[in-house]
Formats: sequence, C-alpha cells, structure tokens
Amino acid sequence: MTEIVVIARLVPDLVEELEIATSGTALDLAWLRLIINEFDNHAIEQAIILKERSGATVTIISPEAEGVEDMLFTTAAKGADKLIKLTGVGEEKPTNLSMAQTLAEIIKEINPDLVLTGVQAHDDFTGDLAPQLADLLDMPYVGYISGISLGDGKATAYKEYPGGILAEMEIALPAVLGIQSSEEPPRYVAISKVRQMMNTASIEDRDAGVLETDSGVVIDRMYLPEVADRAEMLEGDEEEVASKLIAILQDLGLL
Amino acid sequence: MAVNGIQQSLPFTAQFKESLLKIPEGENIQACLQCACCSGVCPFGFAMDFPPGRMIAWMRAGILDEMLKSDSVWMCVSCYACTEVCPKDIPITLALMTRAKEEALLAGNVPAELQSALEFSQQYGNPLGESSRKRAAWSEELDFEIPIIRKAKRPVDILWFVGDYASYHPRSKNVTIAFATLLNKLGIDFGILGPDEFSDGDSQRLAGERGLFEMLAEKNAKVISRCEFTEIITTDPHAYNAFKNEYPQLGFDFPVRHYTEFLVEHLDEITPLFKENGKAKVAYHDPCYLGRVNKIYDAPRQLIEAIPGLELIEMAHNKSTSLCCGGGGGGMWLDGFRWEKSESRLSEWRVKEAVAVNADILAVACPYEPPRFEDAAKAITGAEKLQVKDVVELIVDAIGN
Repeated sequence: MTEIVVIARLVPDLVEELEIATSGTALDLAWLRLIINEFDNHAIEQAIILKERSGATVTIISPEAEGVEDMLFTTAAKGADKLIKLTGVGEEKPTNLSMAQTLAEIIKEINPDLVLTGVQAHDDFTGDLAPQLADLLDMPYVGYISGISLGDGKATAYKEYPGGILAEMEIALPAVLGIQSSEEPPRYVAISKVRQMMNTASIEDRDAGVLETDSGVVIDRMYLPEVADRAEMLEGDEEEVASKLIAILQDLGLL
Repeated sequence: MAVNGIQQSLPFTAQFKESLLKIPEGENIQACLQCACCSGVCPFGFAMDFPPGRMIAWMRAGILDEMLKSDSVWMCVSCYACTEVCPKDIPITLALMTRAKEEALLAGNVPAELQSALEFSQQYGNPLGESSRKRAAWSEELDFEIPIIRKAKRPVDILWFVGDYASYHPRSKNVTIAFATLLNKLGIDFGILGPDEFSDGDSQRLAGERGLFEMLAEKNAKVISRCEFTEIITTDPHAYNAFKNEYPQLGFDFPVRHYTEFLVEHLDEITPLFKENGKAKVAYHDPCYLGRVNKIYDAPRQLIEAIPGLELIEMAHNKSTSLCCGGGGGGMWLDGFRWEKSESRLSEWRVKEAVAVNADILAVACPYEPPRFEDAAKAITGAEKLQVKDVVELIVDAIGN
C-alpha cells in the first residue's frame, strides 16, 4: 500500500486585523486566530484524491496550535487514516530546519512513498521546510506542484512556471513535493462527519523535542503597511466627477 | 443478496425513504397523489431535474439513486410554496427537499459558492467570512451605546438577536441602525450579545448542513442561557424561525418574537412621534419565514398602515402565495449557481410585480431582502425609482430626528 505523509500547519488568519506586539518586532499573538495554511489544505486534498484513485494510507502530521485537533479531525472526515500532533512546540516559531529535523525522525518510521506539504505559508520567510525535509530524508524535492499521478516506483507531477508554462515531470519515489494546488479544490465535509471523527478517531501525540527558534535572522522592526497619500479623490456631483475623470484619462493618453 | 448472514446495506433510495417516514408527518409522503401542484408552484421547478413531485415518483419506483448525481436540488429556495399548496399536507420543504440537500451534501455534491459560506459559518460563526470580533461594529455609528449583555452584567428586558446579515451587510446594517434608533427612542431596555453571538444557522440547515446548524445552535444556546432577559427580539425571520421552531427541538427553549410583532404592541407610543411624511404607495413583500412558515402576515401591514401618508397595496403574489426573494435555502450563497442553471432571478421577478402595481416603495422585513431587491431594481426597466425599505426604516424615516 502506498504511504503518503502530509505536513499541515496552522497560520495566522488574516480575517482579523493584525496587531504588532509591544516589542515592535513580532505580531501580537493574543489577537491572532489560526487557520489551516491554504497550501497545506491543498496538499491534504491531493493526498485524499490519490488515496481515492489508487489506494493509500494517508498520515497527517501537524505542530500543535490552538484548534489543531479540530483541523486534524476534519482531515480524518475527509479520508485521512492517521493523525499525529507534534507536542511541545512553543509560541515562538521554530526554524524550518529544526522543524524538518523533528519531522524527519517521525517520517522515517512511517517510511512513506510520498511526502506532501504546502509549497509555502504566509507566516514563513523562507519557504524551505519541504526542501530541508527532502534533504534530511535523502529524497528528491519538487515544488509548485499542481497535480500528481502515481506509477510504479515513480510519480508524474505537474509543475507551474511563470508565463503559463506547465511542466510534466517524472519523479522517482520516495519524494517530497511542495503543493501549489490540488487537482480539485479542497472538498467540503459535513460537520456531522467531523463530529463523528471526534468520537471515533484518535490523535497520536509525539514530542517535538528541542526546537531551535533562532534562525540567525534579526528582526529590527515589524510594522503594518503605512498609508501612502497616492490616491486622488474626485469630488463633486456625477457630471463634475465624470469630466474630471475624462480629463485625467486624456492626460494619460488613454482617450 | 445477503451472504453468510451479513446483511447488505440498503440502497440509497430505500434508506432515504425510511428516513423520511421518521420525520413528523413524513408518512404523508405515502399519500402523495402526484397532482404536481408542488412542482408547478415551485418558483424554480422549471429548472430542476427532480422537482418534489418527481422525486416522490422516482422514490416509489426505487430509482432515486439518480438524484445524487444531479445538483438540481440546490435550486430549492426552501420557500414553503410547495408545502403550502400540498393537498395531502406533506411536509415537502422540511422532509423531502431539506433531507435531499443533506444527502447531496453528505455525498460531497456541494456547489463551490455554498461551500465557502458553510466553511465561514464554521470558522467565524457567520457565513460572510467576517471577523466575529467585529459583529457589533455596526453599533459604532450610533450616538448612544448598546449594552453587550455579557459585559453589562445585568438583566435586560429585550435580548436583541441581531443576526448575520443585519450585523455585517453594508445595506442591511442600515436597517439594524434604524431599529436600534427606534428602540432607544422608545426607551426600551435592551442589549445584544455582540461578539458572543453566532449565526442562527437556519439557512445553513435549509442548505442541508444539519450538523453545522446544531453546532451553531449549541453555541448560541450556551451564551444565551447565561443571560438574564425577558424575551428575544430579532429583525431576522430566519433567526426568529430558528429560535421559535428549531432550537426547541434541540432542547433550547427561549421566548422569541419578530420585531414587527413587538412594534405593533408599541404602536401607541410610536404613533405620536410621526411627522408629516409625504405620500407613497407601499407594496409589502412577505418574507417566506415570517409569512408562510410562521403565519405573521398582519403585524408588518399594521405598522405600514399606521405610518402617515403611506398607502399599502398588494402585489400579485402576497401573504400565503408570496414569492421568495431568492435568498432562502442557501440562496444567499448560490446566486451564481442558480443564474447558471435558470438564467433568472426571483428578486427581479418580484421587483417586476412591484412595478406592475405602481409601487413607490417595496417594503420588506428580512435582512436578506434590501440588498437583493435593490440589486434587482437596478436591472429592471420601470424600477428606476422604486425604493426598497425595511418596515422599520419606513417608521424611523417618518419619525425624523
């Protein structure tokens, strides 16, 4: 049976207004709400699609965070088989290398054919979790994938390049792939099924061990985008606004 | 065939039928005459692969599994027009159409537009995908403060359940502000739940997401049971319907009234406040979940008739035959899907009816409706001057400052 591991992370939900902590160098976590990283959600969907297509055991691994159990049970309702929560992850974000080292130890035990995760996360500077993981596991890595089919000992994956170019590439398994998007949009799963999973599925806790949080990058200042005075508001009634607009467009040579 | 004593699970059609018979009055389905009144009166019946009558016929024939492959059940606006006309009193909307949507949803057959509204309801407690912390942000526009009951830590007379669209939608919010202004003017002791309020879940239930509805109901019940109040008042017919008819089935029993019933009781105090108000013909649109489902036809009309200068007129479809605005049964989140399937909008049909009776104002009493009908009026020739106003906006306009 094909073994697929998906790394799924929770990230700050941008529906809330972000606030800067008093330190001036980080987000105020008290006001943050967390949500699944969109790209990781696509990685989960891709894994479930592969399972439905040709059979697979899907394991989801997530660092602990507020709401991570609900997220894991939702993946179980979609079809994931094993749920693992990394415990002992502090509020301060560990470096990708350190997280990859911890994940690699667990993933080695599973001995998967395929490791999927989102190609990036919006709270991540460097986006190197998946490549670091591939290096530690001694597997090939390809990022920006938007579709996978599995063959004998190999996978065919589609990678998007800028300018509308799509590459079809063959990758020897086992491999780590960074997912840009799944073949189909992530599915909706009825809450009743999620609630059922809360009663029947179990989450295995794994201690993350010691995680390094110092990436060597020093943040001097974190700030919200500053309001710039670049927009010109056209004032007056409809006729006036329309004639001013036409004058501007003529000035720009557009009319 | 059962092998080695292992009972094979029933095919979908048989399971579905069995589940319908368990719903109150669900057994009436057995008595269906196949008169097709339901399919005929359905405002979207023409665009459905399986209008209610056919669904029953195919179920009887044992071949309803086909239905799961069709997405036409998402055309149902849950407006109760079919239930209203059924000569055998079959609870068509509740037993048949809503259950069919539940099955489609469990089978993973959910239009993408609807999917995001359901995900938002789960994540943020409202289908619009807005921050739950900003649920009371509309009240910042007022020049007085509305107590948030949890913070005020005192009993109130009226717990005002504001609702999703009334809290967040830029057009519906104006109605909310008008109602707050009126309550304040009348010296009513009221409070809101603010960020602790969750979606009432009624439209999500009618869109087939029963589990989500139950989750939201539990969250609201938990918050409300910690508050001391005399009764719940809401401007939202779906919230009203949820509290009146659905929450009690889950064991959450709170006294509730729609704001139109509440204001009729206060007409003696409101009437002296009215000023000279000009003249206008007002056609009143009965919201499905105020009118047909809960039989409140008179209170909104009494309020309109009490306002000086307003003449109440009726459109072709009125009271029990009222036409859905198109927002029901998940319709608020299926506009694109339904346009694609039917190339028609119920809101435009309704606006044409208002134009046909020369209405100056189309009056409504549901937060879904002002934006829907205002959008429709922009697209209909002859509706250029039609105003869409909630009944409470008409009252507050006539009172002035």
